[in-house]
Amino acid sequence: MAGKKEQPQDIKRREFIGSTILAAGVATVAPGVLLTVANATSEDEGANSEIRWGMLIDSNKCVDNCTACVDACERENGIDLLRRPQGQGDEMWNAQRPQWIRKVKLRDRQTGEVTNLPMMCQHCEFPPCVDVCPTGASFKRADGIVLVDRHTCIGCRYCMMACPYKARSFVHQNVEQQTIRAPRGKGCVESCNLCIHRIDSGATTTACQDACEKDGHKAILFGDLKNPESELSKALQQKSSRQVRADLELNTGVRYTSL
Amino acid sequence: MKKLHYSELWCSSPRYWGGLAALTFIILLGMAAAFHMEHSGHWVTGMSNQVVWGLPHVFAIFLIVAASGALNVASIGSVFGGPLYKPLGRFSGLLAIGLLAGGLVVLLLDLGRPERLIVAITHYNFKSIFAWNIILYTGFFTIVGIYIWAMIDRKAQKFYQVTGFAAFFWRLALTTGTGSIFGFLVAREAYDAAIMAPMFIIMSFSYGLAFFIITLMSAYWWASRQLGSHRLEKLKNLLGVFVGAVLYFSLVYHLTNLYVTQHHGVERFILLDGGLYTVMFWLGQITIGGIIPLFMLYSPAFSENRFAIAIASLMVLIGGFFQIYVIVIGGQAYPMNLFPGKEVLSSSFYDGVVAAYTPSLAEGMLGLAGVAIAMTLVAVGARMLKVLPESLEDPEEGIA
Repeated sequence: MAGKKEQPQDIKRREFIGSTILAAGVATVAPGVLLTVANATSEDEGANSEIRWGMLIDSNKCVDNCTACVDACERENGIDLLRRPQGQGDEMWNAQRPQWIRKVKLRDRQTGEVTNLPMMCQHCEFPPCVDVCPTGASFKRADGIVLVDRHTCIGCRYCMMACPYKARSFVHQNVEQQTIRAPRGKGCVESCNLCIHRIDSGATTTACQDACEKDGHKAILFGDLKNPESELSKALQQKSSRQVRADLELNTGVRYTSL
Repeated sequence: MKKLHYSELWCSSPRYWGGLAALTFIILLGMAAAFHMEHSGHWVTGMSNQVVWGLPHVFAIFLIVAASGALNVASIGSVFGGPLYKPLGRFSGLLAIGLLAGGLVVLLLDLGRPERLIVAITHYNFKSIFAWNIILYTGFFTIVGIYIWAMIDRKAQKFYQVTGFAAFFWRLALTTGTGSIFGFLVAREAYDAAIMAPMFIIMSFSYGLAFFIITLMSAYWWASRQLGSHRLEKLKNLLGVFVGAVLYFSLVYHLTNLYVTQHHGVERFILLDGGLYTVMFWLGQITIGGIIPLFMLYSPAFSENRFAIAIASLMVLIGGFFQIYVIVIGGQAYPMNLFPGKEVLSSSFYDGVVAAYTPSLAEGMLGLAGVAIAMTLVAVGARMLKVLPESLEDPEEGIA
């Protein structure tokens, strides 16, 4: 008798267990689904292979002693937040701190012609740094941007050995402050990523280009190499440009005129 | 023919335990140095964004190259059928494993993120020669391990020939891989040369055998066992051939570079006006590591002198160390030519100038710890396994 009486309660218990499991299941899965749905905005779509981001640098317009592009890059990517370790000398600090973009002044050995230019990652179509990286941390996005995945970089520095442009920097010291735009970690390698955070949120210029333009030099032009209508493509069609170390056949995304 | 008896390196002498204690002390110092470098970051080393691989890499590459060469003695015994070498095979395998382990520890502890070893094991980029090397190194441990087992255990003797061949080819692949780390760097003028891979193989023959001779002599001295002069003479003559071959390869490498106008700058730097690197090349690599040992190994005045053999082997190692230093550090110190035909007037990133590198004490301690790890593994291994014959007295007439 007692068993009959308890039966409805037992069913209730089963229902309870069932609905609890269901609720727990929904609670577990839903945030993931929501996050995925929320993520599917235009901002976070995968890189588009119809685009190849690149740059044209007019060395004639690049001014001696101007470091607007370098300063802007350091601000944009939090390089200026790095503090010199105590006891570190000037020379070593300069040799060890990250430099994503640098100014170089050249003189032709034969003609004496002097050229100024900014040097950074050339975003090669066939990047040697990507070839040599043992873990695949150094990679090229579908839109041509070459960058380092800080989660899988083991700090072996083989990419730095392989890069023909000395474009990469190793983070030698503890990182106390950084921006969310450019995460940084001690013991990992980094380099210019064409202001990927700006591009991915719809911007069409890099920090260095903006700074150069603001100072009235307009030596840097960023854009899509694959779109024949882009300002960059048109400029490249009109002017004769060249790649640094074209002999290596890396098909760089960054080109120079008057070099 | 006398039956060969192998036994563990049984010695309770203070020589053995004292030696082991000294090695452990060096290892502890090295571990403290590695902790210091990882905790503070690499800024405490002499390395920079210009010279990215420093002294630890020199030690690591030196030990890894020597490791594959140390296996040669075993290979001569089983692949090429040299009866005098066969009893030395087990010890040769143990030494190879020890040297490789020592080198890899240094390489690992010099990474920016050594705690991400698991990433290196689980993420592979098969276009990277580094990734291939991870497989080659792991495989080397396995194959040589089985090879030693096949040499020791009578039941496993059927695998002896197969594993002997496998180990021989694997070691060739391993050194080719290590040499190719540099050979594939197209942008750096000192490296971009196919001869790097075969040159590393011949370097491994030389360093490996020098290590073998020194450790074998020490082990027999430690345990007060007999080591026959005839056998030692064979090893010594072989070392002479290898030292000569390394000199020959260096000659060809530099002559080839001298023919190419583009490489004149880097050749001038190494051979003439590179300061420390030029001294290391001529005095370290060529004189100490080549000419003097060659003389000591072949001169009749020293033919019976064991001390001379030990010194010559040691000099081959010192010269070899300098050779790797010149390749690794010298090759990076010389500036890359980004703009042919132009001179660099100014750059904040040391374009066009020779990069400075002064190794820190910590780097040296980590590197030495790698050598100590290798020697400790060999000493402990020889104490636990039957790798050394009780006597290596010369066989009677007619056997050699």
